[in-house]
Amino acid sequence: MLSVEEKQEIEGMLHHYPDRRALCIEALQAVQRHRGFVSDEGLADAAEFLDMRREELEGVATFYNRIFRRPVGRHVILVCDSVSCWIMGCERLREQFAARLRIGYGDTSTDGRFTLLPNVCLGACDHAPAMMIDEDLHHDVDPETLDDLLARYR
Amino acid sequence: METPLTRNIRPGGARITLEEYAAAGGYQGLRKALRMSPQDVQAAVKDSNLRGRGGAGFSTGQKWSFVPMGADAPHPKYLIANADEMEPGTFKDRLLLECDPHQLIEGMIISAYAIEADVAFVFLRWAYREAAVRLQVSIAEAYAAGYLGTNILNSGYALEMYLHVSAGRYMCGEETALLNALEGRRANPRSKPPYPQTSGVWGKPTIVNNVETLCNVPHIVNRGATWFKSLSRSSGDGGTKLYGASGRVKRPGLWELPMGTPLREILEEHAGGMREGYRLRGVLPGGASTEFLVEADLDVPMDFDSVQKAGSRLGTGTAVVLDDRTCPVGMLHNLEHFFAQESCGWCTPCWSGLSWVEDLLFALEQGHGRPEDLERLQEHTHRLAPGHTYCALAPGAAEPLQSGLKHFREDFERHVGAGRCPWK
Repeated sequence: MLSVEEKQEIEGMLHHYPDRRALCIEALQAVQRHRGFVSDEGLADAAEFLDMRREELEGVATFYNRIFRRPVGRHVILVCDSVSCWIMGCERLREQFAARLRIGYGDTSTDGRFTLLPNVCLGACDHAPAMMIDEDLHHDVDPETLDDLLARYR
Repeated sequence: METPLTRNIRPGGARITLEEYAAAGGYQGLRKALRMSPQDVQAAVKDSNLRGRGGAGFSTGQKWSFVPMGADAPHPKYLIANADEMEPGTFKDRLLLECDPHQLIEGMIISAYAIEADVAFVFLRWAYREAAVRLQVSIAEAYAAGYLGTNILNSGYALEMYLHVSAGRYMCGEETALLNALEGRRANPRSKPPYPQTSGVWGKPTIVNNVETLCNVPHIVNRGATWFKSLSRSSGDGGTKLYGASGRVKRPGLWELPMGTPLREILEEHAGGMREGYRLRGVLPGGASTEFLVEADLDVPMDFDSVQKAGSRLGTGTAVVLDDRTCPVGMLHNLEHFFAQESCGWCTPCWSGLSWVEDLLFALEQGHGRPEDLERLQEHTHRLAPGHTYCALAPGAAEPLQSGLKHFREDFERHVGAGRCPWK
């Protein structure tokens, strides 16, 4: 079952849609906010709330970049790897992460602090390279000062 | 030069509140529209030559004209703002969403009124966090002021507006895939017909318009089709356009300019030309899924028809510049990696073909390319052409590829001949 808090966050949006399944992105995001990621149990709980089959909800959940079906670190780093950021050196950022945190795309650091993921264009092409850490957008990221930026996320 | 879309936007980009928006003449377009018939609002937008700013360039008024109207029309009808901006190299809608959300909201209410819609959604990508917060606040302000809800400004017209924050996938920006996403299904595209105008979200008449398109609507209603057409330097398209430039130019950025401003003027005057020590080799004029233009094409006016005549597409109007110290094959590998990854997997030419293309380009970059690979790549541009797939993702992926093979042939051959990437 979804928790009381999880339900409270999304029930107010039920009237936006003609049926319950349309709320599935909101439901999956609520589970993720409270439990860190969408486990099999979390998926089953959401499916029950939505009157959906688990397999159907799984098909939706795995479609999206931002629904995590595996555990992630305390902070999620999304590095823009689309064309403008590629031209402006996002590969150097990737190398820097490998050197500083010993993680590549898809990995979580051994202390559970950071998960590193590539992301499609973040819409900050005039300030490339760009990345997000949790909900914060950072642009004109300089690989040399990456440590200072990461220090803000404990 | 008038800049209706960005005239309220302040340096620093703070949100313009409802009070500030109204003080600057905001919501006057809505008041005027509510005194007109929905058909007259449609006619004004059609006469203005407003064409879809998401990239397809279809006449907005004509798109609306296919929605069933009157007493027998099915309800509820839906109006959706496509705010799922995710085309690589594109960052124009973010500005409008974050800085002047009431302009979009007013445009949506007028457009919904024009098609007699009952419900409006803003379909927003997850990564635009600031936009999500600001839209939520602005929609609440509009409800409190009586611009949304039942009996809007005592006109008898009723509209509900909701924000839907998606979970991030390029495919959702495709009109019919967006409808599936909103219904809580995998965002695969739908086959057409039926068209969304008659059978869209939940089987009801639906219009999906891009954010920038909708932001133009209040100004058209307020000041008329003739004024709107006079903003443009081109005869076929009305209005201004948000143009952008990224890559190794001196001043990457975004500018509202008359529709039809030449590409050279955008890149040289506004973006300041190339950075010291770099030469321009090519430009994707309107995002990742447009064909490369080269130096000889730069005088093309950036409107839908002219860019098409020059062999590319206006797309989103945000140019990505390739310089002479960046490998064109590497850039194409980056682009095709994106398209292969973002293919929804629904039709075979797309998911299978794009993976092949990505692999061939990767092999070339790694120095394992063979002479026949260039022919393979050329073949794929035909297999991915329009008509072979449900939606425009694969044909869009083929555009930079086929133009890249044409303009940068020597670079491809050098990769094969040298057995490595000459830029590495």
